[in-house]
Amino acid sequence: MAAITERVAIAHSEARSYHGIWAWLATVDHKKIGIMYIYAALFFMAFGGAEALLVRIQLWQPNNHFVSAETFNQLFTMHGVTMIFLVAMPILIGYINAIVPLQIGARDVAFPRMNALSLWLFVLGGIFLYTSWFMGGAPDAGWFNYVPLSGAHFSPGAGVDFYDIGLQITGIGTLMTAINFLVTILNMRAPGMRLLRMPMFTWSALITMLLILFAFPPITVNLILQMMDRLFHATFFNIPLGGNALLWQNLFWIFGHPEVYIMILPAFGIVSEIIPTFSRKPLFGYESMALALSVIAFLSFMVWTHHMFADGLGPIVNSIFAITSMLIAVPTGIKIFNWLATIWGGQIRFTTANLYALSFIPLFVIGGISGVMLAMAPADLQYNDSYFVVAHFHYVLFGGTLMGALAGLYYWFPKIWGRLLNEKLGRLNFWLVFIGFNVTFFPMHILGLEGMPRRISTYAPGYGWTTPNQIATVGAFILLAGMLILLYNLIRTFAKKPDLVQDPWDGRSLEWSIPSPTPEYNFAQLPLVEDRDAYWVAKREGNGELPKAEPVGPIHMPSPSLSPFFLALTVVIAGYAALLHVDWLALVALLAVFWQIGLQLVHEDHGYHVHPDVPAGGAAE
Amino acid sequence: MSAQSETTRVALEHETSQELGLPKDHRILGLWIFLAGECAFFASLIGAYLGLHTGVAHGPTGAQLFDLPLTTVATLILLSSSLTVVLGVAAMQRRDVRGMQIWLWLTALLGIIFLEFQGYEFYTFYHHGLTLQTSAFGSAFFTLTGFHGLHVAFGVFWILLLLFQSLRHGINEDRTTKVFVMSLYWHFVDVVWVVIFTLVYLAGKVS
Repeated sequence: MAAITERVAIAHSEARSYHGIWAWLATVDHKKIGIMYIYAALFFMAFGGAEALLVRIQLWQPNNHFVSAETFNQLFTMHGVTMIFLVAMPILIGYINAIVPLQIGARDVAFPRMNALSLWLFVLGGIFLYTSWFMGGAPDAGWFNYVPLSGAHFSPGAGVDFYDIGLQITGIGTLMTAINFLVTILNMRAPGMRLLRMPMFTWSALITMLLILFAFPPITVNLILQMMDRLFHATFFNIPLGGNALLWQNLFWIFGHPEVYIMILPAFGIVSEIIPTFSRKPLFGYESMALALSVIAFLSFMVWTHHMFADGLGPIVNSIFAITSMLIAVPTGIKIFNWLATIWGGQIRFTTANLYALSFIPLFVIGGISGVMLAMAPADLQYNDSYFVVAHFHYVLFGGTLMGALAGLYYWFPKIWGRLLNEKLGRLNFWLVFIGFNVTFFPMHILGLEGMPRRISTYAPGYGWTTPNQIATVGAFILLAGMLILLYNLIRTFAKKPDLVQDPWDGRSLEWSIPSPTPEYNFAQLPLVEDRDAYWVAKREGNGELPKAEPVGPIHMPSPSLSPFFLALTVVIAGYAALLHVDWLALVALLAVFWQIGLQLVHEDHGYHVHPDVPAGGAAE
Repeated sequence: MSAQSETTRVALEHETSQELGLPKDHRILGLWIFLAGECAFFASLIGAYLGLHTGVAHGPTGAQLFDLPLTTVATLILLSSSLTVVLGVAAMQRRDVRGMQIWLWLTALLGIIFLEFQGYEFYTFYHHGLTLQTSAFGSAFFTLTGFHGLHVAFGVFWILLLLFQSLRHGINEDRTTKVFVMSLYWHFVDVVWVVIFTLVYLAGKVS
């Protein structure tokens, strides 16, 4: 496995350059944008984790008064909102940004400036949400924010306004990411990279973006309707004036259930990359894996009412949605068996990345099985709103999404940052997280079956809830220790010299065929793709060099620009102004937003060229 | 090496995106995908309206308020703007920049007239006692038609920007794509109005 270096040195560009922090604010490079997504997600994870720890401390013993009930409501609401919108989705979108263009053999995404805008809307929208703690209190009506609890009557503070406006801001950014990556994946694949030759992570990104495209508009509308109610006294959810509380639930879960798959499909994709690599075998059942992703995506729009079984919509509706929900177990089962078959007979290497990926399978199966239990409408009335549900979705979102995300972090870290994370610390990190996770969340199944409702700020002694709660709290601190080891590992790795190792895992897909970290133009020459796992084939059957699809020549690059950052900033200013009822400023800021969008619509970016050091078509060989 | 690669490049140019019949310019595919998202957006708004339009509380109903002749005229005006934008794009494809500009002016003008009809309608409804705060019907009606109106207004703004750009700098290949993409958006806004006209006004009048 010889290290393959780019033979063609490419240098001296005519780019307008920004320096220091401005270089990051102005970048339109998908790799830097991906890095910032990952940093921001890890940053918000610290807050979301701290909120979870405070919740666990409060539930340590009966009648505890560590935090007040009001604070408790804010803590669990912000924990959910943070982990879903500011951690799980951004970290996955970060990997998609950093890796998908490399996997399809592209030089950038289709709309580089819009990509930067997506990033800044997410980062600034997240900060906007967090300033609520200092501006009269964070959102406190739960992450799904049901009316009438979240209405002006029961939530008079600004917390829910922060939720409505903050999620609109981050949501619009996510929607633009979806458009961007759909076009990128459909239009910008290297010659020969047919759809059924794409790596499975790219497939999962493609399907996830389709989900975002159709799931985010309904939640945007829902947030707009509630914002109209709260800020302008409209009556969408005001029942005496003809409003309807179920409208919120329907629109929310039409978004909310696909959202679950938006968070898990990229994790499926990551696991589908790591398991074949560390088993040294091709992914078993490639076509069925792609098909299963598509079927899951299709079904995910037909199951939303299973979140509303307790509403009393009637046996017919409940039966239909129970059946469609259980149907999802079929494509998911196909994926599980395909991963197992990939491992079967492989030469398995237990790296940290692979440990995380392998642990994903049983943990996700536990979450999946409790999901099928919840999908049974009559039984759901027993589990509904209990800690059993909390246990279920943490097995899916932590055991699934976060385990997948951490697997991806260890796996792609050398590609993105040019350094390998320490494996010894990595293993310690993995085992602490794995044990801590199960100690925290497994007892919650039992708590739920013993009748403990979710979201209560404290409980009376004598129900048998104390011991499982204390086990869970101990587990949360083991988890904390695990995450601190990860933090230490990150700091240590950034402090050491880059290894610059191009292909540390004997990888299979195109991202491993180019240097680490990747040069700004990604591929000096676009590769010609003739197989699935093209790089693996090139290493096994050739000299490890992919055939080139073009001669050496100047490479066109998009110009850096500060306008996405300022556009996002103006959006956030409009958000604050609307929330604080400074109507003139809100109007001015919104007009400024549309003016800036208009400038983008007529903008002509001529970009710049990166020129090869050797004359074009010259002595590259 | 270079000659051989050049051949490969030419041979492969049509292989990936072209094999699916996708437009080569990212902006065109991007706008189609954006419109798919817009469909979900308006579907949610229209769904909310259909779920709430009977919730009139003590306020007026749609059947009492809707003025079909007026709205029909507004609809015809908006639909003709789809025709004018098509003629504008056709002129552009004949390299008739002057013709394109005239048709785009006319399109923007029709859009503005439609918005004036809508403003007049909102004003009348307000005087008949229907506001955003009156009832869920009022909220849903003004939000749905208001968001459509905002889309029209943004389209007018977009047309005017492209018009001024072409007046100042002429037209080139990049700008023709900009105009074409805008025309797709404009058609979409018209098509949504057809759905709104049918489901809100026509259905509201008969029920």
